[in-house]
Amino acid sequence: MAKIVAGIGCSHVPAIGAALDLGKNGEPYWVRVFSGFEESQKWIAKEKPDVCIVVFNDHATAFSVEMIPTFAIGCAAEFAPADEGWGPRPVPVVPGHPELANHIAQSCILDEFDLTICNKMEVDHGLTVPMNLLFGKVDKWPCPIIPLAVNVVQFPPPTGNRCFNLGKAIRKAVESYPEDLKVMIFGTGGMSHQISGPRAGLINSHFDKNFLDGLTGDPVALTKMRHVEYMREAGAEGVEMVMWLVMRGALNESVKEVRRFYTVPASNTAVGHIILDNRV
Amino acid sequence: MTKATKEYDNIPGTFVFDAERSRQGYHINMFCMSLLKAENRAEFKANEAKYLDKFPMTAEQRDSVLKRQWNRMLELGGNIYFTAKLGATDGLSFQQVAAMMTGKTQEEYAKMMLDGGRNPDGNRYKSEWENKK
Repeated sequence: MAKIVAGIGCSHVPAIGAALDLGKNGEPYWVRVFSGFEESQKWIAKEKPDVCIVVFNDHATAFSVEMIPTFAIGCAAEFAPADEGWGPRPVPVVPGHPELANHIAQSCILDEFDLTICNKMEVDHGLTVPMNLLFGKVDKWPCPIIPLAVNVVQFPPPTGNRCFNLGKAIRKAVESYPEDLKVMIFGTGGMSHQISGPRAGLINSHFDKNFLDGLTGDPVALTKMRHVEYMREAGAEGVEMVMWLVMRGALNESVKEVRRFYTVPASNTAVGHIILDNRV
Repeated sequence: MTKATKEYDNIPGTFVFDAERSRQGYHINMFCMSLLKAENRAEFKANEAKYLDKFPMTAEQRDSVLKRQWNRMLELGGNIYFTAKLGATDGLSFQQVAAMMTGKTQEEYAKMMLDGGRNPDGNRYKSEWENKK
């Protein structure tokens, strides 16, 4: 039986990817960010997940305004890094896990979560930056990835509660997969940031700390937060933190926080990271 | 029918990209989307006005693109993840675009971020900005 052994929350700031790609990660500004992931990289290298489900949002890359799926799962054998306007990121092609991905899609749909199935999808920094932060700069990704894209571009994104319940359905799907697989699930994006309009630059460390605390200790309370509150308190784009609740929903009620990191800023955004061990 | 009030319209300096803006800004966003292809970026740079003829935007929208009025584009239905592609085509870093939207120089903006970012206090409700004026 496949099992979700841990959940990982991680920002996906594009400038982090650019810093890595341009070799700026040794500069003091970026050392502050990357050093926060050193222990996590050791941890995941030791844990060796067989598959990672990465909940992320597409930033007008695979999906434009032509089609806006609320939840879309990548079922392809591989996912090419996209050209986001300055050429594709120099990262390896992302291997998929079509068998498990299709199983999750089927199970979730029968469980009344109508996922959009993507048999071809390019992936952007929303997916590849968290992978770099946890796996480092690699020639080959260490395990297959199942991308799960959530619409947070056009309002409204799914509610936090809906995301949390999707996480539960994903867990049920994973646990009904016959092969013994060690699965990890990533919730990405955030933390507080606003990158649009005259209020751009908003950061709310107090909100972020409470969010991290709540994620570990009382996620159900977080599922009740309304979109307008995310946007007002954590920035218009901060609402993407609902994606972390998909990850949290896939875990036990009680988890062990094994790692936490927070720093401001990476470019325009507060960087947050958490690892929750689900084997308690 | 009177227009419904949206709670998030009360957040200052913020244009929430909802269905209404998405409908209004469809062609701005599809223009920006086209810039994901290198050959389109080259064609746009060679003759911006001609390239924009392919996208049936309103005169106002077109003008905001040509003049790089980053906030106006959002107000007219552009979405930041799309307009960022225009910034990238111009060779600007995202932080440079963000600075322009806030009316700060890039140095001022970068310093604000290093100092912990824009504090939410005084920036939650439109009335707080109006009182400052």
